Amino acid sequence: MTLAVKEEIRKGLRKPMPMSTNTAIATAARDLDVDVVSAYPITPQTTVVEKIAEYIADGQLDAEMIHVESEHSALSAAIGAAVTGARSFTATASQGLALMHEILHIASGGRVPVVMSVATRALSAPISIWNDHSDVMNARDSGWIIAFVSSAQEAYDTVIQAFRVAEDPDVLLPFMVVYDGYLMSHTMEPVITEDREKVLAYAPKRDYPHKLDPKNPLTIGTITDPNWYYEFKYQQVEAMKIALEKFREADREFGKVFGRNYGVLECVHCEDADAIVVANTSYATTLKYIIRDVREQGMKVGLLKMKLYRPFPVEEFLKATSSVDTVLVVDRAISYGAPVQGPLASEINALYHSRGLDTKVVSVVAGIGQRAFKDDDAKYMFKLALESRKAVPEETIFYGVRK
Amino acid sequence: MSDLPKYNELPPGGIIPEPATSLKYYTGDWRVERPVIDQDKCVRCRLCWVYCPDNAIREVDEEYTTSKGKTYKITYIVNYDYCKGCGICAQECPVNAIKMVPETVEESGGGEK
Repeated sequence: MTLAVKEEIRKGLRKPMPMSTNTAIATAARDLDVDVVSAYPITPQTTVVEKIAEYIADGQLDAEMIHVESEHSALSAAIGAAVTGARSFTATASQGLALMHEILHIASGGRVPVVMSVATRALSAPISIWNDHSDVMNARDSGWIIAFVSSAQEAYDTVIQAFRVAEDPDVLLPFMVVYDGYLMSHTMEPVITEDREKVLAYAPKRDYPHKLDPKNPLTIGTITDPNWYYEFKYQQVEAMKIALEKFREADREFGKVFGRNYGVLECVHCEDADAIVVANTSYATTLKYIIRDVREQGMKVGLLKMKLYRPFPVEEFLKATSSVDTVLVVDRAISYGAPVQGPLASEINALYHSRGLDTKVVSVVAGIGQRAFKDDDAKYMFKLALESRKAVPEETIFYGVRK
Repeated sequence: MSDLPKYNELPPGGIIPEPATSLKYYTGDWRVERPVIDQDKCVRCRLCWVYCPDNAIREVDEEYTTSKGKTYKITYIVNYDYCKGCGICAQECPVNAIKMVPETVEESGGGEK
């Protein structure tokens, strides 16, 4: 947040409102004047679509709310609406995202710019309604743009950025805004909301270039034989590269217009650090809160908050970690039986090796099924990152499990 | 393959932006066996034309005189650009005038190429 915005708040010109991240996301959908929302309830996402229903009932949003019979249908309906040129939004979590899995690929392969929020939650079995990232990590290769957000304000802002990037005719990819179930979805924070006119000037509704129109018939969802399929998949590879550029631009512009922006990633004390901890969503916030203390205690550590995950901001990431020899990556999902069992750690490890770098990667799995991660745990992560410089643990550390 | 459009020359997502593009899609290369019509045996009953699921049997105004001296005013030919080689015509032909011939075997017969 720029000083100008802080000054406006101090003078009482702008008033932050207390909101959960779920409410912040619903409010962003309202301020973006979405046309169609498809909804199926799943904990801990449900209050997003409930709030949108409330905005529609109160006359604050003129949108079509489609009550569907499953998440499979929720995303299908959002896609169907989007291909007619409607601004479409839906929200899900956990089993819901898993049930959508088939349709995730249809949205990205079909180049349909749906925006969806995901309140991350563990997957069954056994049943856990609590938070971890098993759901989103299962969806990481589905061709969606994926951004992790760390506060209710960032969630509000990123949903607005998401529509601008997704609907860009050079991008046309679906966009997932990801945050932590319960840890964020149901906790209150101050959020500044913006005027609809200003939001729509920043993220204007654009004409979907291939919309269904009886006057100009076209075919969507064709079959492509081995002579054709590959080219359409490669289009997605190229679209991701464009999406990275467009997201950078959208974020800079957001900063200019609204006085807040977050970058594709955020680094705290990375410049002079000996080791860096990499984390996302609310864990990045907890680590950011604690890093002041550990720096005061003389620990030369940095924190890298991953925001944009797909497309992966390779250049920014390498630059941000170029001065350290060790990074510790906190994952909240398990890639069972993999050589490195934290999915994010595995990718970062591969990135360094592919660039011929020997930066060491410590893989830590934490917070599975919302196993608590508090201040002391955050402190320990920084300590472990420094200690690992001497000897990197060969295997993924399953932090906090009873064994 | 090399004369097919590159990824950036195609509309995004496999969308087909205009109608009637199936004419440009030559499904004939799916074929494993091709139907070959024996014009001498053919009695011009039109059943192959009726049954063909791809409208790949064409009825043309071409006279044909059989070896027994019977003259027909029309001839049935196969449009191999679109014939997928399903064999329904050969199955339905009441006089067994259509033979399915493996694509690798050179055989002359009715039809256009």
